[in-house]
Amino acid sequence: MSDLFQDYSEAAGRTGAYDEMFAPGQKARQSYGQVAGALRELSLADVSARADSMARTFLDRGVTFDFAGEERPFPLDIVPRVIPADEWDVLERGVAQRVRALEAFLNDVYGKMTVVSDGVIPRQLITTSAHFHRAVHGFEPAGGVRVHISGIDVVRDAAGTFRVLEDNVRVPSGVSYVLENRRAMAKGLPEAFGQQLIRPVEEYPRRLLSALRKTAPSGVDDPTVVVLTPGVFNSAYFEHTLLAGLMGVELVEGRDLICRGNRVYMRTTAGEQRVDVIYKRIDDDFLDPLQFRSDSMLGCPGLVNAARAGGVTIANAVGNGVADDKLVYSYVPDLIRYYLGEEPVIANVDTFRLEEKEAREHVLDRLDELVVKPVDGSGGKGLVIGPDASKEELEALRKRVIADPRGWIAQPVLQLSTVPTLSGDKFGPRHVDLRPFAVNDGDDVWVLPGGLTRVALKEGSLIVNSSQGGGSKDTWVLAGSPQVPVERLPQQSITVRERVSVWPVESNWRDRQSEQQQQQISDAQEVTANA
Amino acid sequence: MLSRIAESLFWIGRYVERADGTARILDVHLERLNHLPTEERRSVARELLGVMGARPQSEDFGLEELLHALAYDKHSATSIAGSLGAARENARRARETVSSGLWESLNTTYYGLNQHRKDVVGTYRFCHWVLERTAMVSGLADTTVSHDDSWLFLALGRSLERADMTARMLSTRDVLSAGMSWVNMLRCAGAYESFLRTRRAAFGDQHAAEFLLLDRLFPRSIVYALSDADECLAKLDPSAQRVGFINDARRIVGQARTFLEFHRTDDLMSELPEHMERVQKAVAQASDAISRKYFNQADELAWVGEVS
Repeated sequence: MSDLFQDYSEAAGRTGAYDEMFAPGQKARQSYGQVAGALRELSLADVSARADSMARTFLDRGVTFDFAGEERPFPLDIVPRVIPADEWDVLERGVAQRVRALEAFLNDVYGKMTVVSDGVIPRQLITTSAHFHRAVHGFEPAGGVRVHISGIDVVRDAAGTFRVLEDNVRVPSGVSYVLENRRAMAKGLPEAFGQQLIRPVEEYPRRLLSALRKTAPSGVDDPTVVVLTPGVFNSAYFEHTLLAGLMGVELVEGRDLICRGNRVYMRTTAGEQRVDVIYKRIDDDFLDPLQFRSDSMLGCPGLVNAARAGGVTIANAVGNGVADDKLVYSYVPDLIRYYLGEEPVIANVDTFRLEEKEAREHVLDRLDELVVKPVDGSGGKGLVIGPDASKEELEALRKRVIADPRGWIAQPVLQLSTVPTLSGDKFGPRHVDLRPFAVNDGDDVWVLPGGLTRVALKEGSLIVNSSQGGGSKDTWVLAGSPQVPVERLPQQSITVRERVSVWPVESNWRDRQSEQQQQQISDAQEVTANA
Repeated sequence: MLSRIAESLFWIGRYVERADGTARILDVHLERLNHLPTEERRSVARELLGVMGARPQSEDFGLEELLHALAYDKHSATSIAGSLGAARENARRARETVSSGLWESLNTTYYGLNQHRKDVVGTYRFCHWVLERTAMVSGLADTTVSHDDSWLFLALGRSLERADMTARMLSTRDVLSAGMSWVNMLRCAGAYESFLRTRRAAFGDQHAAEFLLLDRLFPRSIVYALSDADECLAKLDPSAQRVGFINDARRIVGQARTFLEFHRTDDLMSELPEHMERVQKAVAQASDAISRKYFNQADELAWVGEVS
């Protein structure tokens, strides 16, 4: 291995985490063979030139996220994260299982609540969730699906076991970076692609569109799908434009829509056009000023009533937030057993429910060893990592937990697995997580092979969120050879039609001409010389 | 205008468009080629070169040779560097008639040809750069040259070559049947987003081929390019006739276009190679007919004299 990896094993040893690329002793794992081979050929100058060019491409293509009013490119690291086929198989089953369980749970919560009457989960827990919306209680959404799109965050602990860190079934974002990363990597590290089958990701927009169309209100032959964005100032605006573009549908803002007679229309140059499916990329709170925040300028009044009447499908359904409440998360293994009668394929991270007195006392004694998270936060907001926090921070946290125990959970500090990442002039181990995306069309849950790998670019940091200095990696799922048969159509022989139409064809006349012209020039010079 | 100048302009149009099309094809196919095992890569590289209209120079033909043949070989009219060099050479001969903007952008492009690394990663950047330069050249041609006969010749060359390049893009599908998806075919032509917006949920090979072949509004589709060429020809020779066409080029272009436009089929995909063959032939014949009529009038006159 070149000197780019010189101090790697030492640094990796310090973190105590599982390294995705190297087994102990700096031996590349089998799945990384090709990548390691490609990197070995490159010098520092090559690697940094490629990294620069990839960053520039991202900026040129507008692959950015909005941070404090500024467009920033989402940093993409040159070393991919590789998942071997057998590991992916487990992840895929685990993610699909979780989505099915959460779908069943949401249907139940907004219906009969048998999960409460059977004593699996306390009623109070559901009704106190900030995202439990009574406005959508008691009806089955058109199309029958609530969790069309989900992102289930998984991490690998120090022992190398995958665990689910959190569920995102409201508005999971990041899939656009998966698509863009793959395009950039195909051009940035082409050597690593040959010889092995990497499962493609480009079918995502088509899968998504077909799922959205399939869940349209019944009786619509050719449903019109739109993507609803809060607007150009949203941090994920790039993703909204990309998905709308790749699905070939309109990207609308709230002011482009009108509800009338429990149907939704968009204003077009050809008059009002009926909208059947809305892929909602704004928070529930802002969706419908009639039901939620009445000062919202981003939504469209009447959407929730239209959904209730079955006139429009909203994906993901309103009120899904109750399922990704972090306290509900701690019950998901029970929910899987209750609804599906199966054992969870991927385990949770151990979680302390601070509402329970015993757990709370235990946690308050050990605040400096644990991670404490608000139950309804996202993007790493409000999270406190005990070992890194100052005394004052811990004291403030203690007060807030005691004041509102329902609002917090605590988990042990996980040493997320690491992947080599370019930093300065060498590769160092950096912690990563993984967000696989799943699309549910009502009959089947399809999991996008791979997903978004986010990486904490600061050494030792465990926070991978883009808003807090995180980057991303392309995620490769290797195809086990039997799963994906390579289609070999019979090769047709190509008739070579040589370029007959070129001018000047045979350049002999040109040469003759130029000779003569030059001749003339020298003649002319002689003339002037003589004169 | 002088026939010689007209010919130069016609070929500037063709060569610039050829460089543009080749860069598009190379950019997309290089990505696919990279994903293939070495052995297959060699045979596919050969065939790709065949579609672009050249034969390998030596038995040992791999990825590197392909890059040389399609991108950097200055002595081949099939390569990007060769085409841009030839376009610049033609502009040099017609310098007094083209605008200085057009000449300078071609000249700058020519001198920029050498400033790229010739490995795979460098070629991606090279293709990108070529697309930018050719777009600039056509933009300057459209905005700084009056749209008189001289511009018409340039536009005529451009649209004929465009029809030819799109036909070649579609033919590459046969070469890379393993893994060459319609998405890439559309990306080649820069048509992906346009296609998605017009087709709603109707995806697939058949629709993509139809779009690139028959769409009346997408500028790089064959039907569009051919009707563009037809318009140019009509403006160049506006003599209205009650019956038929004297102009061979118009007849050839018109026949090719209407054959596609009015052709009815259930299985476009299986007929595709045949269509592509026909389009490429028609473009070559039209180009010959144009040179006979406008550029090499000596032959034409001699022939007329024989008849009378």
